[in-house]
Amino acid sequence: METRILSHLRALEAESIHIFREVVAEFSNPVMLYSVGKDSSVMLRLAQKAFHPAKIPFPVLHIDTSYKFEEMYEFRDNLAKELGLNLIVHKNQAALDAGANPFDLGTQKCCAQLKTRALLDALEAGGYDAAFGGARRDEEKSRAKERIYSFRDKFGQWDPKNQRPELWNVYNCKIEKGETIRVFPLSNWTELDIWRYIEVENIPIVPLYLAKERPMLVRGSSIIPLEHNYPVKEGEKPEMVKVRMRSLGCTYCTGAMRSDAETLPQLMDELVQFKRSERENRIIDHDTEGSMEIKKREGYF
Amino acid sequence: MSVESQLLRFTTAGSVDDGKSTLIGRLLYEAKGVYEDQLASVQNSSVNRSTGPIDFSLLTDGLRAEREQGITIDVAYRYAATPRRKFIIADTPGHEQYTRNMATGASTADLAIVLIDARKGVLVQSRRHAFITSLLGIRYVAVAVNKMDLVDFREDVFRKIETEFMAYAQSVGLKNVAFFPISALEGDNITEPSARTPWYTGPSLLEHLENVDLVEARNFTDLRFPVQYVNRPTLDFRGYTGQLASGILRPGQTVMTLPSGRITKVKSLPSFDGDLSEAFPPMSVTVCLEDEVDISRGDMLVDPDRVPHVSRRFAAKLVWMHETPGEAERDYLLKHTSQTVRAQISKIRHRIDINTLAEQPANKLELNEIASIQVETRRPLFFDSYGQNRTTGSFILIDPVSNATVAAGMIEESTAESLEPLKLGSLEFSGETEATVTPAERYKRAGHYPATVWLTARQDLAGMLERKLFDLGCYVHVLADDRESHLLPELARVLNSAGLIAICSIASPDPAEAQRAQELAGDTRFLLVDPQKLPVHDEEASEVLMKMLEDRGVLRRKERFEVGEGI
Ligand SMILES: Nc1nc2c(ncn2[C@@H]2O[C@H](COP(=O)(O)OP(=O)(O)O)[C@@H](O)[C@H]2O)c(=O)[nH]1
Ligand SMILES: [Mg+2]
Repeated sequence: METRILSHLRALEAESIHIFREVVAEFSNPVMLYSVGKDSSVMLRLAQKAFHPAKIPFPVLHIDTSYKFEEMYEFRDNLAKELGLNLIVHKNQAALDAGANPFDLGTQKCCAQLKTRALLDALEAGGYDAAFGGARRDEEKSRAKERIYSFRDKFGQWDPKNQRPELWNVYNCKIEKGETIRVFPLSNWTELDIWRYIEVENIPIVPLYLAKERPMLVRGSSIIPLEHNYPVKEGEKPEMVKVRMRSLGCTYCTGAMRSDAETLPQLMDELVQFKRSERENRIIDHDTEGSMEIKKREGYF
Repeated sequence: MSVESQLLRFTTAGSVDDGKSTLIGRLLYEAKGVYEDQLASVQNSSVNRSTGPIDFSLLTDGLRAEREQGITIDVAYRYAATPRRKFIIADTPGHEQYTRNMATGASTADLAIVLIDARKGVLVQSRRHAFITSLLGIRYVAVAVNKMDLVDFREDVFRKIETEFMAYAQSVGLKNVAFFPISALEGDNITEPSARTPWYTGPSLLEHLENVDLVEARNFTDLRFPVQYVNRPTLDFRGYTGQLASGILRPGQTVMTLPSGRITKVKSLPSFDGDLSEAFPPMSVTVCLEDEVDISRGDMLVDPDRVPHVSRRFAAKLVWMHETPGEAERDYLLKHTSQTVRAQISKIRHRIDINTLAEQPANKLELNEIASIQVETRRPLFFDSYGQNRTTGSFILIDPVSNATVAAGMIEESTAESLEPLKLGSLEFSGETEATVTPAERYKRAGHYPATVWLTARQDLAGMLERKLFDLGCYVHVLADDRESHLLPELARVLNSAGLIAICSIASPDPAEAQRAQELAGDTRFLLVDPQKLPVHDEEASEVLMKMLEDRGVLRRKERFEVGEGI
C-alpha cells in the first residue's frame, strides 16, 4: 500500500489553501495584494487551486510605484488576461505628480509615499476587510513572529506586542468596522519552498528572475538596472552583464546580481550555495537594523 | 532538500537561559537554514550577550523590543531543512507569558523538545513543560539535557535526569519520550554522535527529528471533513471544500452529513490537477456529492458508522490567554473547526496548578491559567475528544466585545451524567436518555430541534406556519383544540419526543393550559407569543415566528451568503 503522507510542499499547499478558503468564507470583502513577484505568483496558483473550478473570487490589487521593470508590467497584464483576474492597479498619483523618487526623498520616504501610503489608501478606497499578502516568516527576523491573520487597527498599523494568539488552524476573523486583517498564506514557506513549488507546478514567473545578458550600470559592488532613465554619473557607461534579480522591487532600488542561473534548477543550486537572504540587494533593509519592523508598524507589509 | 521530503513541526520548551534559542540557532545553522547575511547582521548587532564568536540565540530573538530587553516575548517561527525533512520550529520564550506561548507553539507541533539544564536537573518548570506538552497532545517528546559541557559530560548526571523526568512524564500520560545529552553551544550530539559521550549510544537530536514516524500519528479511520466553504461557480456545480481532519475520502464512499444526518455518497473529488481517486489528511480538497443535499459552512461529512459526538455541552481543558479574566456565565464566541457559535463557560470545575498539578477551586481564570471547565453552546457542535482528534477536539474562545482570542480549549471525553444540565435559552435535547433512538439522532435526521408553538385564535396562521416549516424540510404537525383540548400539552410533548415541531392552535386563551404545555415542553423549547405583539397579517406573523424559531436555534441558521447563491 502506498504510504499516505504528503510531501512537505503538498502539506504547505494544503495549509495555504485552507487559509484562502477560510478568509473567503468569513470576510465580506477580501483582496489579494499582488506584487508581480515570485511569491505573488505562488499565491495566485494556490488561490486557483482553492477555488477550482471557479475563478479566483476576489480582486487582485497591485500597488504600482510606477518604477517597476517594464517586463513586470507586461507579465502582469498578460497573466491577468489569461486567468481572468479582476486586477486593480493603484498609484499614489498625487505623490508621483509631485515628482516622488528615491533620489530626492531617500528610499525610506519614497517607500512610505509610493508603497505604504498608496497601499493604505487603496485598501481604504476598496473597503476591504482582509488583504492577502505574500510575506513569509523566513524573510526577515521581525516576520518570524507575524501571525497568519495579522490584525491591523484603523490606521493600518501593526502592534507586535498585542497580537492575537493563534492556535491550531483556528483563525480569529473578528474585527470592527475600519479594522482589517492582513492574511499571510505563505507564512510557513521558505524561499526555497517557493522555488521548488514554482518548478513542480510550472508556474509562470517574470523572466528577470533568471540570468541573462542585460544592459547594466556597474558601480562599485552594485549592479544597477538602467530603466526609468537612471541618473548616470559623469564617466559611467552601461555594459552588458549576465545578471538576475533576487527580488523584484522598483528598478532604482533593486540591485541585480551576477549569475549564470538560466534555469530554475540552476537558480536553486545558486541559492543553496550562496545562502544569501533575498533581501541582501534590497537597499531598504540595510538603512537601519530592524528597519523592516518599523515599516511594518507603520503599515507596510 | 528534495521535493519528497516531509514536514515536521516541533516546538521547544525550557526555562529562561536553558539554551532554547542557542539550540534552535544551532539547528538552523547545522541544517543550513541560516543565510550568511543574517549571520553577518548578528555579528554586527549592538547587543551581544555571549562571549563566544557567534551568539546563536540572536538568530532567533527577533523583535526590537526584545532585543532591547534581551528576552524573547512571543512565539517565533523558524525554518530549517535537511534532505529528509523540512522543519517548522516554534520558538517559545520562557518567562511570564510562558503558558500562553508554549500552548500556542505546541498546538500545531508533532514533537516537543524539552530542554533541561544539566546543572539544574528536573525543576518545577520541567514538570510544567511536560504537562503542557501532554495537554496539547504532542505525540513525541525529545528531552534535551543541555549544557553537558558544564558537567563534564557525566553519565550519572544524565541518567538521574532521565529517571526523574520519565517518572513525571508517565504520570501525565506522555508516551514516546527520548533523551539526548547535548551541548547546544558546542554542538555535541546535535547532528552526530559526540566523542565526549561514549556512554550514549542513541541517535543525535537531528537524526531523531529526521526519523520520528509521522504516518503512525495520523487517523485514517474516522472520517471528519468540516465544510469550510461551498463553491458554486455555476448552477450545476456544487463543491464542498475543506481540509480533511481525519479519515479517507474516495469517490463512491458513503458519508453522513451533519447536522442533517442525511446519508449520501461521494461523487467525485475534483481538483485543479484533475479528479482525485483518494484524499487523506491533511489535504485540502473539494467534494461533490451524489445527492442534492443542503450543506453549508460549519456542517461536517462523517463516517456514518463512526459518528462524532453531537451536543451543546461538553467538558474541556482551557488555557486562559488574556489579561481580562475568564468567568462562568459570560458570553463568548466559540470557534470550532468552521463553526462559530455563542457559548458560555457553564462551570469552572477547578483550576490546575501547572507546577504541582493540584486541583484548586476557582471562580475566575487569570492569564496563563489552566482549568477544567464545562462549556455550553447555543447550537450543537460535532466533536471528538482532543485525545481522539486534534482538529475536531479543539476550539478557541473569542471575546465578543474586544474580539480578542481569550482562550484555547481541548475537549475531553465525558459522560452525560457528569455534565451540568443545560441552562441557556436555546433549544436542547430532552436529556440524553437510554432510548434506542436518541434525540441527538433525531436531530441529525430532522435537521431541527423539536419545539412547541402555542397560538391562540390564529387557525390560519397555524396552517401557514406549518406549511412554511414543512417546505423547509421540517417535521411539523398542527394540533387544534376543537376536540380534547385538555390533552394538547401532552400531545405536543409526544410529538416533541418524536422530534417534531408541534403547533398548538387554541380557540380561546387558557393560561393554565399554556403553562402546563410550557412545563412539559421545557422553557427553552416552548414558544408563546403575546397575541398583542404578533402582527395581524398571517404572512407577517408567520415570518416573525419563523425568525423566532431561528433565533432560538430550533431551525438551522442559514449560513452566510454563498457564492452563486441567488443567481
Ligand atoms: N556552556 C554552555 N552554555 C550554553 C549552552 N547552551 C546555551 N548556553 C548559554 O546559556 C545562555 C542562555 O542561552 P539562550 O539560548 O539564550 O537560552 P534561552 O533563554 O533558553 O533561549 C547563553 O549565554 C548561552 O550561550 C550549552 O550547551 N553550554
Ligand atoms: Mg531565548
